[in-house]
Amino acid sequence: MIEGITIYEILTVTTIIFFIGVYGFLTRKNLISILISVELILNASVVNFVVINKYLYPDMLQGVFFSIFIIAVAAAETALAISIIINLYRQISSVEVEDTEMMKH
Amino acid sequence: MDFSSFLLMRHEIILLAVILLLVVAEVSISNAKKSSVVHLAIFLFGIHTIVGFFKIDYGSLFGGMFQTNELIHFFKNVLNIGVLILLLQSGDWLEEKIIQQQRGTEFFILLFSSLLGMYFMISAGDFLMFYLGLELSTLPVAALAAFEVTKRISSESGIKLILSAALASGVSLFGISMLYATTGSIYFAEISEAITASNLTILGFVLFFAGLGFKISLVPFHFWTADVYEGAPISIASYLSVISKGAAVFILMILLFTVLKPLMHIWENILYGVAIITMFIGNLFALRQQNMKRFLAFSSIAQAGFILLGLITGNQLGTTTVVYFVLIYIFSNLAAFGVVQAISLKTGKENMSDYEGLYRTNPNLSLVMMLALFSLAGIPPVAGFFGKFFLFTAAASKGYYLLVFLAVVNVTISLYYYLLVIRAMFLRKSDNAIPYFKSKIYMKLGLLITAVGILVIGLYSPLYDYIHELSKSVF
Repeated sequence: MIEGITIYEILTVTTIIFFIGVYGFLTRKNLISILISVELILNASVVNFVVINKYLYPDMLQGVFFSIFIIAVAAAETALAISIIINLYRQISSVEVEDTEMMKH
Repeated sequence: MDFSSFLLMRHEIILLAVILLLVVAEVSISNAKKSSVVHLAIFLFGIHTIVGFFKIDYGSLFGGMFQTNELIHFFKNVLNIGVLILLLQSGDWLEEKIIQQQRGTEFFILLFSSLLGMYFMISAGDFLMFYLGLELSTLPVAALAAFEVTKRISSESGIKLILSAALASGVSLFGISMLYATTGSIYFAEISEAITASNLTILGFVLFFAGLGFKISLVPFHFWTADVYEGAPISIASYLSVISKGAAVFILMILLFTVLKPLMHIWENILYGVAIITMFIGNLFALRQQNMKRFLAFSSIAQAGFILLGLITGNQLGTTTVVYFVLIYIFSNLAAFGVVQAISLKTGKENMSDYEGLYRTNPNLSLVMMLALFSLAGIPPVAGFFGKFFLFTAAASKGYYLLVFLAVVNVTISLYYYLLVIRAMFLRKSDNAIPYFKSKIYMKLGLLITAVGILVIGLYSPLYDYIHELSKSVF
């Protein structure tokens, strides 16, 4: 709980972060930037869980536990994505989305 | 709770033991004899599949985070059979292509880890376990899609899969956080008591559904499917289209029918719309595909649309028909992918035009392919017909006549493009048809099992009654 700040303000911020992430995922042209956008989405949910836990259901710790697991899994996800991007970079010397369009219908 | 109650997780424990044994094998077997890892892995997994059929107790563990019942146990066995067939079909590819690069064992370890994730996902009792299972089942597959590191196309499909999977799980988590906000719990049992159709709950449900819809490749979330299937190794494409999709359908069904049952008047409408566009988009895009892997990708999107007809009912009949259809779909799609893999392994050809005149040179392969496509299209003597028929019956029993009519229209469209392949194989003549070749024993066995399965499952009706009996345990 933070003094003087209600849950509405924090949830507004996380929702804005979430949609910045979605917007970035759809518009960015660089694979690394897309990965950053995905991280924004995941972190918005992490903050959501903690805030909802603290403000609405402070007697149980389910939300806090959940957020710890999300952080760990997000790290694994990023590591895997980066390793695939590096492997792609070795072959085409680029991390731009428009260079990964070998397959088209 | 004593030690023996851990035996509820027998499937998971044995599979984990198999994974660890393979790690030991990777260290202890010298490089010259690495191809024995393939035999070892298939042998161990075969034992695991057989042990899975033995009787097991049902209950829940870890304060309700992990639960099993008769249907979940049965479905784990179905997944096991699917993976076993898939391993048999990809054994030759591993021996010829991958073992030379000293990388055979990783394939099995990643594949089995993903299967382990699916076990945990389908027997999850709360959203935390569900999320961990979902991620454990997705991440290794992304690594496997990028498995052929020397091929650019494989890396591209890997990056497309991992990025869209991460987006889907992020969106789905945001939805789960909203369900948590309105119900105050992440346990399924407590959520189903506290849930009401408030606006925030509905928004949370829609976001959550989007995440699972990605795994099943329903239409607004299907854009990754064709690219990933085309670029990934064929065995991984067939794993994604069969095992991964089957497990996601199963957990979606459990969640909709039990936890989210109070929202049924909402999700009925969502599924209704999604089913129609999924069937139409999948079928219409499949019409213009030339590459067999892309073709099967769109065909599997369309099949996902048909599965929604069973999900929309929300009752025991729906559960039975969905599980029955998924079982048949596993056999039919594995047979189709198996033939594509056998041909691609020997000749490197994957286009529909390369299949012209195949019946004259390789009659057995073309017969298996014909059975598989007939089963996918739903032509009477083979299993696929019964699967589709029961799905349509389930939807019609709830009064969705228009939806069933549109589904029948779609079956007709799909019949057209499945017959295009059959025409190429049987009626066309070609000067440079694929020459006769002999597959190795594993591939033959894998295709034989699928062909027998397609023929037998449809005609052996006690199986349907058995699933119907088991599906009582869900409610």
